[in-house]
Amino acid sequence: MKTLKGLLLPVLLLVLWEISFRVSGIQSDSIAAPSQIAVAFWTALADGTIVRRTGETLRAAMTGLAIGGGSGLVLSIIIGLVPPIARLLQFSFEVLRPVPAVALIPVAILVLGFGYGMEIALVAFATFWPVLIYGHAAIVNIEPQLLDVSRVLRLNPFSRITKVVLPATMPRYFVAFRLAVAVALIVAITVEIAANPIGIGYELMQASQSLRPALMFAMVLWIGIVGWTLNAVLLFAQRRLFGPAAMSLAVRT
Amino acid sequence: MSASRIMWTAGSVGVTALLVLGWQIIANYGGIPQVFLPGPDRAWSALVDGFANGDLAELSLATIERMIYGWVLASIVGIVLGALIGSSRIAREYVAPMLEMVRPIPVSAFMPVVIAFLGLTGAMVTIVIAIGSIWPVLLATVQGVSSVEPRLMEVARSLRMGRLETLWKIALPSSQPDILAGMRIGLTVSLILAVIGEMLTSENGLGWHVLMAARSFRSADLFAGVILLGLIGLVSNVILQEIERYMLRWRRR
Repeated sequence: MKTLKGLLLPVLLLVLWEISFRVSGIQSDSIAAPSQIAVAFWTALADGTIVRRTGETLRAAMTGLAIGGGSGLVLSIIIGLVPPIARLLQFSFEVLRPVPAVALIPVAILVLGFGYGMEIALVAFATFWPVLIYGHAAIVNIEPQLLDVSRVLRLNPFSRITKVVLPATMPRYFVAFRLAVAVALIVAITVEIAANPIGIGYELMQASQSLRPALMFAMVLWIGIVGWTLNAVLLFAQRRLFGPAAMSLAVRT
Repeated sequence: MSASRIMWTAGSVGVTALLVLGWQIIANYGGIPQVFLPGPDRAWSALVDGFANGDLAELSLATIERMIYGWVLASIVGIVLGALIGSSRIAREYVAPMLEMVRPIPVSAFMPVVIAFLGLTGAMVTIVIAIGSIWPVLLATVQGVSSVEPRLMEVARSLRMGRLETLWKIALPSSQPDILAGMRIGLTVSLILAVIGEMLTSENGLGWHVLMAARSFRSADLFAGVILLGLIGLVSNVILQEIERYMLRWRRR
């Protein structure tokens, strides 16, 4: 019932949109009827455009996430376990973090040229921060007694990290990872729209520039589906891996 | 501030100074062509020159003005719509799910759509900024208004307040923390969209300036622009944090 109520308005709007197109017979360079969008979507899916473009975007986004998120993870463990380093780096972090990743697009073009390299670098820069900051918060919030135990057991630093710190902080790191996945996708698509000639974002921009509104709306729809699916899969994984208790870990942005 | 805190702050600023020094050394002796990596000295003199002849001040103001227009528009519409949706059970059930459906689409994906309607113009950029930064404000307001402490609502009912009066005197003040947090995220989004919009449309502003600097290999100007954009991000965030602190001073325990 709740889902039905939620679907009513979007379905109603779609029907009105379609009817107004059929009745008025508009031919437009900026907007298309839902039926035309559906056809364009199906064509792009059938001829492989969507699969190829999505592959390009995901490849850049995930490689960048692996580099940026990976460095954020390592650095967050270091500064989490050695507080003086965290305090010494604090000012540098506060100065660097507000730089919008998109402001670095020209720098990336200048140094790396167009293609995967610059997109990966920008995604890495953008995903580094959430993992670093949420990871650091996770480690600072570890139950102190756990760290006492590892000290009493005289664990060496390596087994202290693998046996105590990582298991204790896993749920929070997963939340950081989920946020970073969303950031990676957003930055990748934004970079493609603004400059880089690969991926879904470029296809969308091309459709807009070549006055094919049906394809353009189909790509916007597809971008929504990709983002929604990624988030749903990660939420499902989070519930399965860490149980319902982990779901209340708020992601503050 | 205690003496040790001052020492730590000084230390962490010192580390940043060391990083800048390292940047200078790499730029001077690292064998990287100056076209790719200007030293901080050259970026600084580009900043000073740019402000001395007034160019950079004018470009920064153009970008900030664009940001503020879009963001203020988004905040007003977002709060009003959010309050209407959040305060009515029917609207929450029928409208909120649709908002959640649109939310996972990265805001930059709306840019090609708005371009199809308005072309590569300044108005397009302002509209995209408004569309993009409305989401955090709108969703935060819905969240805040719909989760008012039940006892406060009982007070409103026993005082026989009407719906608008309840909204104005009870619901909106008590959702201030949510709304202000949403507005802060909205301002970050508006900077990002202003930069991309200027890059695509060649409208006057810092985003356009950094792209032009990169295209003509003026790397010192490019870095000066990136530093300014980072500074705008940093300062706008700090200002809003201070406003939040001032307006929420009643909340401190």
